[in-house]
Amino acid sequence: MAAVTRTFGFIPRPKMQTGIWSWVTTVDHKRIGILYTFTAFFFFLVGGIEAGLMRWQLAKPDNTFLSADTYNAVMTMHGTTMIFLAVMPLLAAFMNYLLPLMIGARDVAFPRLNAFSYWSYLFGGIFINSGWFWISERAVPDSGWFAYAPLTSTTFSAGLGPDFWSIGLVLLGIGTLVSGFNFLVTILNMRAPGMTLMRMPMFVWTVLITSVLIIFSFPAITVALLMLIFDRTFAANFFNSSPATNVVFWQHLFWTFGHPEVYILVLPAMGIISEIIPTFAKKPLFGYPVMVFSVAVIGFLGFTVWSHHMFTVGMGPVVNSIFALTTMAISVPTGVKIFNWLSSMYGGKVRFTTPMLYAIGFICGFTIGGLSGFMHAAAPSDAQQHDTYFVVAHFHYVIIGGSLMALLGGFYYWFPKMFGRMLNEKLGKWNFWVVFIGFNLFAFPFHFLGLMGMPRRVYTYGAEMGLGFWNLVATSGVFVLGAGLLLFMLNVYITLKKPMNATADPWDARTIEWSIPSPPPEHNFDQIPVVVARDHLWNEKHPEHGVRAPKPVPERYSIHMPGQSWMPALLGLGTTVLGYGVLLLNDTTEESTKSVGLFLFVLGLLLTLSAIFGWAFEGDGGHLVEAEGKHYGT
Amino acid sequence: MSLSKGSRRNLGLALLSLVATALAGCGITDPKLPQTVFDPKGPVAQMQYDLLNLTIWLAGGIGLVVSLVLLYVVLRFRAKPGDHEVPKQVHGHTGLEILWTIIPILILVSVTVPSVKAAFTLDSPPVKEALTVRVVAHQWWFEFEYMGLTNESRSDKRVVTANEMVIPVNQPVVLQLESKDVIHSFWVPKLAGKVDLIPNRINKMWLEADEPGEYFGQCAEFCGSAHAKMRFRVIALPQAEYDQWLAARQTAPASPADPVAQKGQQLFVQSCAACHAIDGVKNAQGQEGAIGPNLSNIGARTTLASGVVENNEENLRKWVRNPQTFKSTQKMPNHEAMPAAEFDALILYLRSLTK
Repeated sequence: MAAVTRTFGFIPRPKMQTGIWSWVTTVDHKRIGILYTFTAFFFFLVGGIEAGLMRWQLAKPDNTFLSADTYNAVMTMHGTTMIFLAVMPLLAAFMNYLLPLMIGARDVAFPRLNAFSYWSYLFGGIFINSGWFWISERAVPDSGWFAYAPLTSTTFSAGLGPDFWSIGLVLLGIGTLVSGFNFLVTILNMRAPGMTLMRMPMFVWTVLITSVLIIFSFPAITVALLMLIFDRTFAANFFNSSPATNVVFWQHLFWTFGHPEVYILVLPAMGIISEIIPTFAKKPLFGYPVMVFSVAVIGFLGFTVWSHHMFTVGMGPVVNSIFALTTMAISVPTGVKIFNWLSSMYGGKVRFTTPMLYAIGFICGFTIGGLSGFMHAAAPSDAQQHDTYFVVAHFHYVIIGGSLMALLGGFYYWFPKMFGRMLNEKLGKWNFWVVFIGFNLFAFPFHFLGLMGMPRRVYTYGAEMGLGFWNLVATSGVFVLGAGLLLFMLNVYITLKKPMNATADPWDARTIEWSIPSPPPEHNFDQIPVVVARDHLWNEKHPEHGVRAPKPVPERYSIHMPGQSWMPALLGLGTTVLGYGVLLLNDTTEESTKSVGLFLFVLGLLLTLSAIFGWAFEGDGGHLVEAEGKHYGT
Repeated sequence: MSLSKGSRRNLGLALLSLVATALAGCGITDPKLPQTVFDPKGPVAQMQYDLLNLTIWLAGGIGLVVSLVLLYVVLRFRAKPGDHEVPKQVHGHTGLEILWTIIPILILVSVTVPSVKAAFTLDSPPVKEALTVRVVAHQWWFEFEYMGLTNESRSDKRVVTANEMVIPVNQPVVLQLESKDVIHSFWVPKLAGKVDLIPNRINKMWLEADEPGEYFGQCAEFCGSAHAKMRFRVIALPQAEYDQWLAARQTAPASPADPVAQKGQQLFVQSCAACHAIDGVKNAQGQEGAIGPNLSNIGARTTLASGVVENNEENLRKWVRNPQTFKSTQKMPNHEAMPAAEFDALILYLRSLTK
């Protein structure tokens, strides 16, 4: 590949092709996708270890394996880690890697911003978790991942826990918000010729709606977090329990974000299985337009149901009934999707590959999670289930039974595209069944425990409660699930050691990312395809069934690819140092920490400003790639 | 299948009872469990249970239909080895889409109507004048104040108890829910679903017990370190016994006659009364301590440490000597240094408060 490099700005763009600095400076969406994958999997393991610790503590009544405070910290970090640092970034990994490939683009709209999203995620994740290693005591967040006021105020949480949590989430949130805009613009502006909105793969549709959800929901939590930071740092008066404040306002802001967040975790997962099922049933997605509209409706209704998290707050029967109605309404488009997936398989030739098993696992898990969600919608009876293990069962079915199943299926499906190697199918099936059985063994008993009267977020329970047996079953299940995930890691490890063996289209798939080599070249497409149908590649392979696409126009000039940059990583680092500065200003234990805080604050500010100026002045850079089959015009 | 309507219903009932037996067999619906929602003992819990049952059977039924369809599809349409035939490329079916939009809506309406109805019915008690108990949550215990009544022996004249709410059976009781610190939630599964106790805010709920008994309750909103051990009891008594109990709450406990217990009372004033109250016993400020639970009938309560352990002499000694034994986080200091004779006197006094 002959690369011509030109730099127009003041600061030379880095050009490393290999080694660690090539990863630090990369703006290639595929490399960023791989960075997201490995980082998110690391945090997933951290969250999993936290889950194991909690389950060990709860395995028997009145256990003393973890103290109350340690348990509360582990519980808070488990929720925060799994949602913000594991599942969402794993989905972001897919979005990054696949989105440009699926719409026939050579990168995202803003490659440097994309890199910045990753770095702010990595540094934010490290920031939140650094409480574990902090010098002062009680630095780990322990007010729950929902952090209800006024428990987070300095009166009731004197340690640095809520500071690590709130500042860390602001840092993470910036990156997420940037990703939302980036994907939205990419989808709207960078589709291949002929790829109308209604010809986009379903996964792309879910990313589009998810981006909208991110753009509208993250500001709500950012505002809430900044108010909390102001409360704790500058003794503002938003959420402490003085008579002038309304602590319920925190809950409204939090769930205005928190409920759309659930759909941010689930919609892309729905998109993933909407790609897997048609491939392995050899049929197009049934009811594509209805599927598109139901995603859009779910996205919209997702903003109208937040108060069902607050049915016991005492909002009164009118408000509770309205939110019960909107919540029930959301199960209509969800049910429609399930029936359409089933119909996509109906009449097909279903191949039980590992990705397909996971897609079916998704349908099972998500249906159960959806049905218990529908049960919660009945506000009066929800007063019994609310804040019990029944709710814990519900969202573990949605997030593990739903999102994680789809993610693992997606890995098996797209792994050959990303790494050029097929994961071992035999090990994959073992992996699926152990995960599936372990998960159900661990999460299904939660339904029973909740109805038997076990509240959430308790570090222990009395023997007289009669909860020991099912807790023990759940604990054994979590270790089976863990073993299943180890099989997955083993499979990835073994496969990456082997030479590349994947063809461009190993699954006989339907969408255009399978028309290019595995793994794709840096510029993705030698020639951007002219899309004539929804399942463009299938259409190409089966001309008897559809319209023939016009031949893609060969590139007349060299392909211009974006240049690498130091600035995204530097900006992520700068904002994080700034975060440590603000945090240390809160640490009132010693006078000296305050001056260290001030120093870090100034240093972080300088780094942030230099990164922003560097970003603006390093010029557009970029290099040229000569595509195969280039037609040298005049 | 040409079953008559009646026998079909019987079949359905048999199936239901089969599932119910299976659940009971696993101990899930065992009414002996102290906090199970499957054993409602009052009209509020009953109404919530009926609605819950409706949603359980509907969800179960829908789940069954979806699983059967899924099972049929994956078994019927699995690809045989070597079969490379391309199936018919079906893109959709408008009629079906309309069908599976309408049917869920109808099912939802069948739940929405009773649930909205229940929301309004449960909003206020069926009688105008009801006994009102003010419930104040503290980290990590509950205070109960009986409204509209007086106890002349106290400087504030309030009728107060802690961690055990005593109510008359078969009478609606209105609860006025408040919090002194963070958000808590009041939950007695056999009597009523939960409602939060929120600082700077007054929430209302009501409950009623159909039969006398001891009902387990627990804080259901995460409220910090000892959230798991913020438990309480609701004790429903027949009217006469309740009246007797209430009369005792409206007067000070009789002063001890035993000289050792008298010594114990003095020690209480010195060491405990800054935080704890025993009606009629004033602390150095001439008031009743209000930081910890009221102990006026501590000898008669079923539990110690807010519902955590059984109330007996051994546990009381452990608890007062070192509260960490039962609850790692609470605000009570330990009394390891108190001489044994004094400690015995204090315990004797506390154990004597049985009315």
